[in-house]
Amino acid sequence: MAIEKSTWTTKAGLAQMLKGGVIMDVIDEEQAKIAEEAGAVAVMALERVPADIRRQGGVARMSDPELIIRIKESVTIPVMAKARIGHFVEAQVLEALGIDYIDESEVLTPADDEFHTDKHKFKIPFVNGCKNLGEALRRITEGAAMLRTKGEAGTGNVVEAVRHARTVFGEIRKLHGMSEDELFTAAKNLQAPYDLVKSVAQAGRLPVVNFAAGGIATPADAALMMQLGVDGVFVGSGIFKSGDPAKRAKAIVQATTHYRDAAIIAEVSKHLGEAMVGIEISKLPQDQLLANRGW
Amino acid sequence: MTVGVLALQGAFVEHEAMLRSIGVDVRQIRLPRDLTGVDRLIIPGGESTTIGKLMVMYDLLVPLRERIAAGMPTWGTCAGAILMSRRILDGRPDQPALQVMDIESRRNAFGSQLDSFEADIDMIGLDAPFHTVFIRAPILQNPGPACHVLASLADGRIVAAREQHMLATSFHPELTSDDRIHRYFLTL
Repeated sequence: MAIEKSTWTTKAGLAQMLKGGVIMDVIDEEQAKIAEEAGAVAVMALERVPADIRRQGGVARMSDPELIIRIKESVTIPVMAKARIGHFVEAQVLEALGIDYIDESEVLTPADDEFHTDKHKFKIPFVNGCKNLGEALRRITEGAAMLRTKGEAGTGNVVEAVRHARTVFGEIRKLHGMSEDELFTAAKNLQAPYDLVKSVAQAGRLPVVNFAAGGIATPADAALMMQLGVDGVFVGSGIFKSGDPAKRAKAIVQATTHYRDAAIIAEVSKHLGEAMVGIEISKLPQDQLLANRGW
Repeated sequence: MTVGVLALQGAFVEHEAMLRSIGVDVRQIRLPRDLTGVDRLIIPGGESTTIGKLMVMYDLLVPLRERIAAGMPTWGTCAGAILMSRRILDGRPDQPALQVMDIESRRNAFGSQLDSFEADIDMIGLDAPFHTVFIRAPILQNPGPACHVLASLADGRIVAAREQHMLATSFHPELTSDDRIHRYFLTL
């Protein structure tokens, strides 16, 4: 019996198993256990949540492997960790740790301002951020097995997540309605390979799972992103920077499952305590916008 | 005939698409009231801890157990198989589950995502090998007398089993284009 490991189907397939779920940022074992207990489908292990990275400034790098291993040992659900954009050695290190997914993330300071990591060279699957369809398709071409719309991490403000999801889905709908001869120019404008553009146009959907991320802070935020058409949500600072993380985490999980049921969303939104403090994105200087990282 | 697909979390859309392509009516199940008029049930892959917790929160555990005990044909893939097994090994100690099949499951029995794999397996009831996908997959073990092994790996580890109207597979036929196991399920 021939067994083939780390195939494209197994890489993209794990993301399919995460659909309809919430992936939560955690900075230690205690938070990881709270996340698992609340019903998270996976955790993102990192030293600082995006809100703290934003506040403290400086260069944000891959987390301490020791921390990632401790988190991995504390839960039974999949564990993800972030590598800097283009830092393929951080990615090699994370693969060596035997975690389940790498996020090549704009939340960390990019290591390469021209090239992303060639993800085809890895056995471990990657998730990447995107703000529009061109970015999404370039990341898939580089080997990403899962996408997430970027949003603006660490702000507690969902407006950019909404903008990016609407952009990606709107561009897909536009492609879907194009005639074959229009697709050549569409591929040129999207700066993405023609064959991939054509297959997305025909299918009317992305070939990989696409979650929302960046600024989701409430159960209604999560349900909003689900109704816009994403497959699941990442919640970063929104849970552990809030007044009652365990309760809010559980509520966001329920709102993600029952995203079309307003009565349930209302019920789980009661008495959640304080949400994280949000940032008005128009007040942020351009050079502090994380979503602009990625090429 | 209407097949319900438990839609709390995971790869339920893939099962729906496969069933629709065979021409079967499908309904997503999120709440107990959704079960009315459903003849069969698929519990999809996903995270067994998440699906189990949502089953408890939305009072699905008891009605599902009752319907399955009363003979509703039910198939669990991966997380679904874990939730159907009588005992979960390497899970969370308090992990909620249906516990309707007389077989044990061991979560993540092959290791991390790096050990996920594709393989051709022989399965009793199918005329030719089935190419399928194992993702952070469980194995099944210690089947009771009424539980029949349908497929094993070369090393003997059990990956598919049937007990009367109940079917459990460690792997994901819904991620392939081969609908033979879905058709087999519809005959149970």
